[in-house]
Amino acid sequence: MSHIPADRRYAKSHEWVRLLPDGRVEIGITDHAQQALGDLVFVEVPEPGRVLGAGEACAVVESVKAASDVYSPIAGTVLENNADLGGAPELINQDCYGKGWMMRLQPVSPDALDALLGPEAYAAQLAAEGG
Amino acid sequence: MNQILEKSIFEYSREGRGAAAQQPPALVGAGAAAAHEAQSALPAALRRRSKPLLPEVSELDVVRHFTRLSQLNFSIDTNFYPLGSCTMKYNPKACNQYAMLPEFLARHPLAPDSQGQGFLSCMVELQEMLEEVTGMKAVSLNPMAGAQGEFAGVAMIRAYHHARGDLARNEIIVPEAAHGTNPATATMCGCVVREIPVDAEGDVDIAALEKAVGPHTAGIMLTNPSTLGVFERKIQEVARIVHGAGGLLYYDGANLNAILGKVRPGDMGFDVIHMNLHKTFSTPHGGGGPGAGAVGVSARLEPFLPVPVVGREGEAYRWLTEVDRPQSIGRLSAFMGNAGVLLRAYIYMRMLGRSGMSQVGEFATLNANYLLARLRAAGFDLAYPTRRASHEFIITLRRQAKELNVTAMDVAKRLLDYGFHAPTTYFPLLVPECLLIEPTETESRETLDAFVEAMVAILAETETDAAKLKGAPWTMPVRRLDDVRAAKQLELTWKPVNSAA
Repeated sequence: MSHIPADRRYAKSHEWVRLLPDGRVEIGITDHAQQALGDLVFVEVPEPGRVLGAGEACAVVESVKAASDVYSPIAGTVLENNADLGGAPELINQDCYGKGWMMRLQPVSPDALDALLGPEAYAAQLAAEGG
Repeated sequence: MNQILEKSIFEYSREGRGAAAQQPPALVGAGAAAAHEAQSALPAALRRRSKPLLPEVSELDVVRHFTRLSQLNFSIDTNFYPLGSCTMKYNPKACNQYAMLPEFLARHPLAPDSQGQGFLSCMVELQEMLEEVTGMKAVSLNPMAGAQGEFAGVAMIRAYHHARGDLARNEIIVPEAAHGTNPATATMCGCVVREIPVDAEGDVDIAALEKAVGPHTAGIMLTNPSTLGVFERKIQEVARIVHGAGGLLYYDGANLNAILGKVRPGDMGFDVIHMNLHKTFSTPHGGGGPGAGAVGVSARLEPFLPVPVVGREGEAYRWLTEVDRPQSIGRLSAFMGNAGVLLRAYIYMRMLGRSGMSQVGEFATLNANYLLARLRAAGFDLAYPTRRASHEFIITLRRQAKELNVTAMDVAKRLLDYGFHAPTTYFPLLVPECLLIEPTETESRETLDAFVEAMVAILAETETDAAKLKGAPWTMPVRRLDDVRAAKQLELTWKPVNSAA
């Protein structure tokens, strides 16, 4: 059973978004996503300054099984990316909700988080998908 | 640490060792003197001061080295190889034999057309046979691989729109079931990819397609049957919608084997197609030889075909070049593509004949459906249980992964112990824990039954002895390889070991 922390919100395409105290948001992929991908061997994250639309493909995760796009769940400007992932993509497998974060954005509107799935709704989606 | 099974050829090298009997004439006797003279004519500054780093080995060392390597190989010549979407059919030895006639082998690629009429007549007939079997107006044999064929296809779509001044068309629609090469090709050609979903039964989602098309649509790339192993039943509707929006239809020929001699992409409405001659037309591939990605087009794309193509003028044949085809997208290889591969495909098609060609499609489909039915009866879960298989089908081990912690990869590795190459694993991405199985038409009922027996035995082991799967393979020269490390620390060059170290 995959782990779904209650302190953040989720996109149908298996990304998580956490609102930081200063109004920025942190984004990564979920436990379900990292399990489905398997051992990651390569991660590409967006450069700071890039302006992202909601649902825009902005990062790539590649495992021994597959390469997948990661979509930004909300609109915003990239402030920071997780440079550690370049040398250690396995951080996402080991700690996808912590050290495996992918990028931090200045959201266009923090309210955009409300449109995303809560932990229960995301768990229900996984159950419906048979995961 | 894996044991070294066979050293690299460089490690057998000893200064001055060689095999005079195998050396080209230029290196021995009078030839050597002439070569030496030619070399002294070169300015000293341009001559190399050290010998190139090539292995210096005896003939016996070479024979033993490559014989051992071939014995380690798990190949179509030694084992059943049901790798989905790859069409690993047997490559008849007759094709090699005739393609290696000295007249073909000794032909220089720059020889004038008048001295290569035999070869050119084979190529023109190959073009015509491919046109006929796919229902396309014209074919170019130029692309040297499937990926290059795809590139040529989308480049022609772009050239067509540009020639009409239709410059805004830069979007290529790709269903989510597509091969990864399709979006890669579109991107390489400077297009933007628009992905559309497929429905629960594996057909293109028509509503999503209608929403995706518009004045920016350059075309759609489709594989039919799709990578889900099912025939795209709404293909005529797809063609109507895309053509109606001003776009063109691209047929990815990866799965052409399924419909060979039965349905033609040209009749389905496709404007351009690439064919993997190394799959459907049985030339060696997958490390066994180079590919050939011939492209076929409808009449409106003919001016854009990559050159050279072979033209027929009465009883004479000649290469048509940029002079004859000023709108051509150009050349994709120095000469005319992989001539040796094209010859093998030509001989294969001539051996099959018209009736043999449709038997390929029939038997490939029959074999796949036989395996599907037997594996379903044995308790395996099908990804698309309501659909008939084309030439390949998907089983999913999602249930076993969840309940027993046994994955598709474990089953794949365990199959090696039973003497079978694994099917394609974890592709298509839409189906979790999947195996994509393509037996091809060249396997006997006995081989298929033996494969089913192995799968049944492995399914039983998932319940009774999962460790057998987790640790597999047990009987191969190497055990489970660390594919994560291989992907992250790719090292493909051999470097001399410093003897002082």
